[in-house]
Amino acid sequence: MTTTPSAITVQSVSKSFGRGDAAVRVLQDVSVEIGAREFFTLLGPSGCGKTTLLRLIAGFEDLDSGAILIEGARIDHLAPFQRPVNTVFQSYALFPHLTVAQNVAFALEMQNLSAAEVRRRAGEALEMVRMGAFASRKPSELSGGQQQRVALARALAPRPKVLLLDEPLSALDLKLRKEMQIELKQLQTEAGITFVFVTHDQEEALTLSDRIAVMQGGRILQLDTPRAIYERPAHRFVADFIGEINLLDGQVSGPGKVRLDCGAEIAAPADQAAGARVTVAIRPERASLAQGGALPAEVTHAAYLGTATILQLRLANGAPFLLRAATANLPEIGAHVTLSLPPEALQVFAA
Amino acid sequence: MNLRRLPLTREISLAVLVYLYVPVVVLIVYSFNANRTATVWSETSLDWYRKILVNPSIRDATWNSLVLATAAGIGATLLALAAALGMKSRFRGKGLVEAVLNAPLILPEIVVAVATLMLFVAIGIDMGLTAMIPAHIAFCIPFAYLPIRARLQGMNPSLEEAAQDLYANRFVTFRRVTLPLLWPGIMAGFTLAFVTSLDDFLTSFFLSGPGSTTLPVYIFSAIRAGITPEINAISTVMLIVSVALVVTSFLLGKMRR
Repeated sequence: MTTTPSAITVQSVSKSFGRGDAAVRVLQDVSVEIGAREFFTLLGPSGCGKTTLLRLIAGFEDLDSGAILIEGARIDHLAPFQRPVNTVFQSYALFPHLTVAQNVAFALEMQNLSAAEVRRRAGEALEMVRMGAFASRKPSELSGGQQQRVALARALAPRPKVLLLDEPLSALDLKLRKEMQIELKQLQTEAGITFVFVTHDQEEALTLSDRIAVMQGGRILQLDTPRAIYERPAHRFVADFIGEINLLDGQVSGPGKVRLDCGAEIAAPADQAAGARVTVAIRPERASLAQGGALPAEVTHAAYLGTATILQLRLANGAPFLLRAATANLPEIGAHVTLSLPPEALQVFAA
Repeated sequence: MNLRRLPLTREISLAVLVYLYVPVVVLIVYSFNANRTATVWSETSLDWYRKILVNPSIRDATWNSLVLATAAGIGATLLALAAALGMKSRFRGKGLVEAVLNAPLILPEIVVAVATLMLFVAIGIDMGLTAMIPAHIAFCIPFAYLPIRARLQGMNPSLEEAAQDLYANRFVTFRRVTLPLLWPGIMAGFTLAFVTSLDDFLTSFFLSGPGSTTLPVYIFSAIRAGITPEINAISTVMLIVSVALVVTSFLLGKMRR
C-alpha cells in the first residue's frame, strides 16, 4: 500500500455545522490516506462524522479547513459534478421518472459519449450487477435489493476513480445484506477501484474492509486492518464498539498486576503506575474455564450456538462476564468456576 | 368514539349537503328549462345552451376570460416556481417571506382591488386586460405556489445530489431531474391559478375596461337586466369547466412521486 500513490488524501479536515454558539463540530482535524484499489471503511455510531467525511469527498458539503486530494490533485474546491468520484446513496436516489437503463446511462450521457457507446457501457454495467433483464423497468417496480444493484451499476458505469458508498446495505434485510456484501466485495475486486464505505455495522466492516477507520465524535480513533482493530483495539471505545468484549474495571496493584473490582488480582500488561484506575478488556473467546484460574465466577446462563456455547457468568462484585466455550464438559448453571485470562489476550486502557 | 352511533348524524350530514348544493342543483336544473323566466319551469330544452353559443357578448367575454386566466396562470406559476425553489434554501426572514407569499389568500380582495385600481389610475395604466393580467397574477401566486412547494418538499434531496454526482451541472440537474419531478406540481399549480383567475369577479370588475369584460363580470351585468336561463346555462358551463380543472389538478398532485 505504501508504494502505490494514495487514491484519496484527507489532510487536517475540519467541519462544523451551524454558526456561533450553536455550531457543532462534526469533524475535528481528520487526516487519512486511502490507497488505490483499497476497500476502506469509515465505521462509527451515528453522529460520529463518517457520513460528513464522505459528503465532503463527494463535494456535497464545503470544508471549513484542510484539503482533500485525489491521486495527488486537490479537489476540495471543485463542484460535485467535476469530481472523479461517484456515490451510492443510502436511499439509492434512483431517478423515479427514468427507467433503469436511463438511470445507468445518466452519467455516460453527461460525459458526451456517443449514443452507441452510452448504450453499450450502460448495458455492461447492468450485466455486471445481473440487472440486464430489468433495463426498461422503472425503479418503483424493483425490490430493494434490485434498486441497490441499479444504484451500484449507475455509480460504476462512468468508471470513477473512487466509489463512495453511504450505508448502502442498511435498508436491506439480513439475508439480502449478507448476499450483497459478498457481491460488493467481488465487484470491487473486479472493477479494481477504490471503495470508501460508510457503515455503523461493525460486522459488515470487519467482513468487507481492507482497512477500517473507527470514528467517534468527529475524530478517527483507530485506523487499521480489521484483524488489528479486533485483536488490538487502541481505545476502550473501539474495543467496546467492535464485537463482544468484557470490560473489567480495576486498579493497577503492581508491575504487570491489576486488582479487579471483584477482588481478584490478575496478571495484565498494564504500564500505568500502581494505583491508577484501568479497564481490562478481553474477548469472550480468549478467556477459558480452568481449575485454579485467577478469576472466580458463577455461571448464570448458557446459550447453545452449535459450534460453541456462550456462557453468561457473574463475578464476585456482580459484574457480568461473557465466555465463549467449547460445548463439551460445560459447567451447570449456578456452578462456581474459575477463569484463566491469558495476559497476551488482555488489553489495558486507562480509565 | 364512533360518530355513526350518535343520534341524527345521518340526518344532519344530509341537511348540510343539501344546504351546500341545493342552489347549484337548482341552477343546473333550470339551465335546461325552456321558459323565458328563469324561476318558472315549463319543459326541458337545450335552447339556452344554443343561445350562449351564438351570443357575441358571451363569446367575447369567454375569450377574454380564457386569455386572462391563461396569462395569469402562466405568470403566477413561473413566479411561484421561482419562489418555491428559492424557499428551499435557509435564510433570515424565511417565515416572513412565506407569509407574504401566501398573504393574498387572506387579504380582503376588495381592499386589494380598490388599491390596485387607485394605483393604476395614479400611474396612468388603462383599464382592461393590461391592468387585469398583472393584478390576477398577483393574487393567483399562492394558489400556484402551494402545490409546487408541496411537491418540492416531498422530493428526496439526494436526487439532485445524485444528478450532480453523476456529472450534471446545476442547469442540467434542474432540467433533467428537478423539473420533470416537479412537473405534476407545476401543472397542478397552473390549473389552480387558472381556475382562480377564471372565477374572479371583484378584481376584474374594478379593472376591466371597454371590450375586456370577463365572464363573471358579464354575468353580473346581465343579471342586473333580469335573470334569464341563459345565465343558468353559462354558469353551468363555468361550473363544469372549473370542477374538471380542479379534479385534474388534484389528480396531478396525487401522481406517483
